[in-house]
Amino acid sequence: MIKFLFKGLVRDRSRSLFPVLTVMFGVMLTVWLYSWIKGAENMFIESSAKFSTGHVKIMSRAYAEDASQIPNDLALIGIEELLKNLKKDFQELIWAPRIRFAGLLDIPDEYGETMAQGPVAGLAVDLFSPGSPEKEIINLEKSIIRGRLPEKPGEILISDEFAQKLNLEPGETATLISSTMYGSMAVKNFTVAGTVRFGITAMDSGTIVADISDIQSALDMEDASGEILGFFKDFVYRNKKADEINAAFNLRYSDEEDEFSPVMDTLYNQNGLADILAMTGVFSGVIVGIFVVAMSIVLWNAGLMGNIRRYGEIGVRLAMGEDKGHIYRSIIAESLMIGCIGSFLGTTLGLAISYYLQVKGINIGSLMKDASFMFTEVMRAKVTPVSFVIGFFPGILATLLGASISGIGIYKRKTSQLIRELEA
Amino acid sequence: MENTYLIKTKDLVKTYRMGGGYLIALNQVNLEFKEGEFAGLVGPSGSGKTTFLNIVGSLDSPSEGSAVVMGREVESLSHKEAAELRNRYIGFIFQTFNLLPVYTVFENVEFPLLLLGLNAAERKKKVMNALEWVQLADRAKSRPAQLSGGECQRVAIARAVVKVPSIILADEPTANLDAENSHNILRTMERLNQELRTTFVFATHDEKVIRYLRRKITLVDGKVAKDEIIEQQDIKGDNR
Ligand SMILES: Nc1ncnc2c1ncn2[C@@H]1O[C@H](COP(=O)(O)OP(=O)(O)OP(=O)(O)O)[C@@H](O)[C@H]1O
Ligand SMILES: [Mg+2]
Repeated sequence: MIKFLFKGLVRDRSRSLFPVLTVMFGVMLTVWLYSWIKGAENMFIESSAKFSTGHVKIMSRAYAEDASQIPNDLALIGIEELLKNLKKDFQELIWAPRIRFAGLLDIPDEYGETMAQGPVAGLAVDLFSPGSPEKEIINLEKSIIRGRLPEKPGEILISDEFAQKLNLEPGETATLISSTMYGSMAVKNFTVAGTVRFGITAMDSGTIVADISDIQSALDMEDASGEILGFFKDFVYRNKKADEINAAFNLRYSDEEDEFSPVMDTLYNQNGLADILAMTGVFSGVIVGIFVVAMSIVLWNAGLMGNIRRYGEIGVRLAMGEDKGHIYRSIIAESLMIGCIGSFLGTTLGLAISYYLQVKGINIGSLMKDASFMFTEVMRAKVTPVSFVIGFFPGILATLLGASISGIGIYKRKTSQLIRELEA
Repeated sequence: MENTYLIKTKDLVKTYRMGGGYLIALNQVNLEFKEGEFAGLVGPSGSGKTTFLNIVGSLDSPSEGSAVVMGREVESLSHKEAAELRNRYIGFIFQTFNLLPVYTVFENVEFPLLLLGLNAAERKKKVMNALEWVQLADRAKSRPAQLSGGECQRVAIARAVVKVPSIILADEPTANLDAENSHNILRTMERLNQELRTTFVFATHDEKVIRYLRRKITLVDGKVAKDEIIEQQDIKGDNR
């Protein structure tokens, strides 16, 4: 019987083609949109983690209160000891102390007079210790535009755009003017080793990247750092594990009474990331919901028209001794076939497009010019295991719904009426 | 003996609501059909012929009275039981042949057997048998659209007889056929009637059909006006 129905579907294009195309199209869009949202979410998490939040982040309680102001006067002190303990207690993570700082970058001419000047946001990471993961984490090597990576103390990287604005070439000198941890003025000369572009709008406007030891000495922050970031070794964020580590750390190291004691926070809890992720979750749910409803309505109507066209066939089948329930079920079975084929094609196509966009990406840098949050310029889709099913089941569900509703007409119509239509 | 009747109606009434009043399509019809009959309902248009066949075929239910078909009271059958009755015992032939256009001749004839749940080998044997009966075995793979009207009706006959039903109900089977095809088909049905003892009940006003009937029941305004046995004197001569 199934084979019989399938033959009918294949031969009667008007019965199968339109519904299959509808399902295919809807499923394709669902898969694609879902992967796209996941891609955006993933990228957002990843760049946030790399440049700002880590998978977990340790700050002093006071610093954490006001983290957006980068209050280095409230930085963690005694980090060498702390890092040693962290490495021992939380071996599943790698640890990276960082200092963010703000200041002025002054470009002197050959006589030491100011030639150009600009406000700068700085990121100090461990560039030189053997085994330091930072170069990989922030992808320094690949981000170099001109010049090279810093090789010895006193060398910095500067964002390419900023360098061009200041007319700065690799090898030239730049002076950082900032304030020390204790509030006095700090001045230090650096050599520009190279220029970088991270592809992250917030990091590419006016930024320098320096070695943490240089900045510690420049800002009087010996054995201190604003933040310590922790990353899972495989660089995959696991929220539950992060929460456990977070709780364990805070229990052992943090003291609510002492505002200089360290406190940890997870990726999801920083910068309202959890809210954003919850929102994208809701968003993808809504998209799938809309497609299911829209597809169902279209398929329901297609089913109605199909059934009207098939009153003759239904009448004959009744006359030959098929009961209404069986006919109804056979219409559901047909819709299931259509749903499976359409969903399969749609998922395949949707995944193909998503894979393409995962590899190629689309540059949305111009849309993000003024973005101050961590967002990459090249947006990519991300195919997750869920991408494989997110469209498939809704596609089948929609066909089933459409067919069940439109098929009810068969029950409503009296047998004798269906037969009478045969005589027309 | 009561039991030898395949079909027996008692005071069968069918009314339709029409505007404010009722239209009486069948009015106190008492008819009995025995195994092997080759009978026909004749009468003017609107006299209730189709209505009668539909009730006997358990496609419609009576308003009053009863119709017993193959020992079952049609009016008290559920949808499912009615379908079962049709599936096992009754074959229909319509004026418009009502073949399923997307299926081949073979598949059209096979369909009732699918409903009966026969296996593929059995189905194939029976279908080819039925197609041979109507001399269309060589067109098994054709689609209905590729056949002439007469051939289509022969496929419909094959579809009706493939499960070897006890009763075949034929509503104006020749209305869309020319004289030659009509005779052809009627001779086929006559042969089935004689060799398989299948009971035929026709509804028709076609003179060609009437000349083959061995029992002619005249309906007028939903009432049986005449019920006559016709001696078939010239079956062999066949100059009808
Ligand atoms: N569903 C219906 N609703 C209302 N009236 C109906 C319905 N079906 C049949 N009738 C009426 O019942 C009467 C008998 O109809 P029926 O179809 O049995 O006649 P018939 O003898 O088969 O006619 P014909 O020779 O034209 O086929 C007609 O007057 C018809 O209009
Ligand atoms: Mg009629």
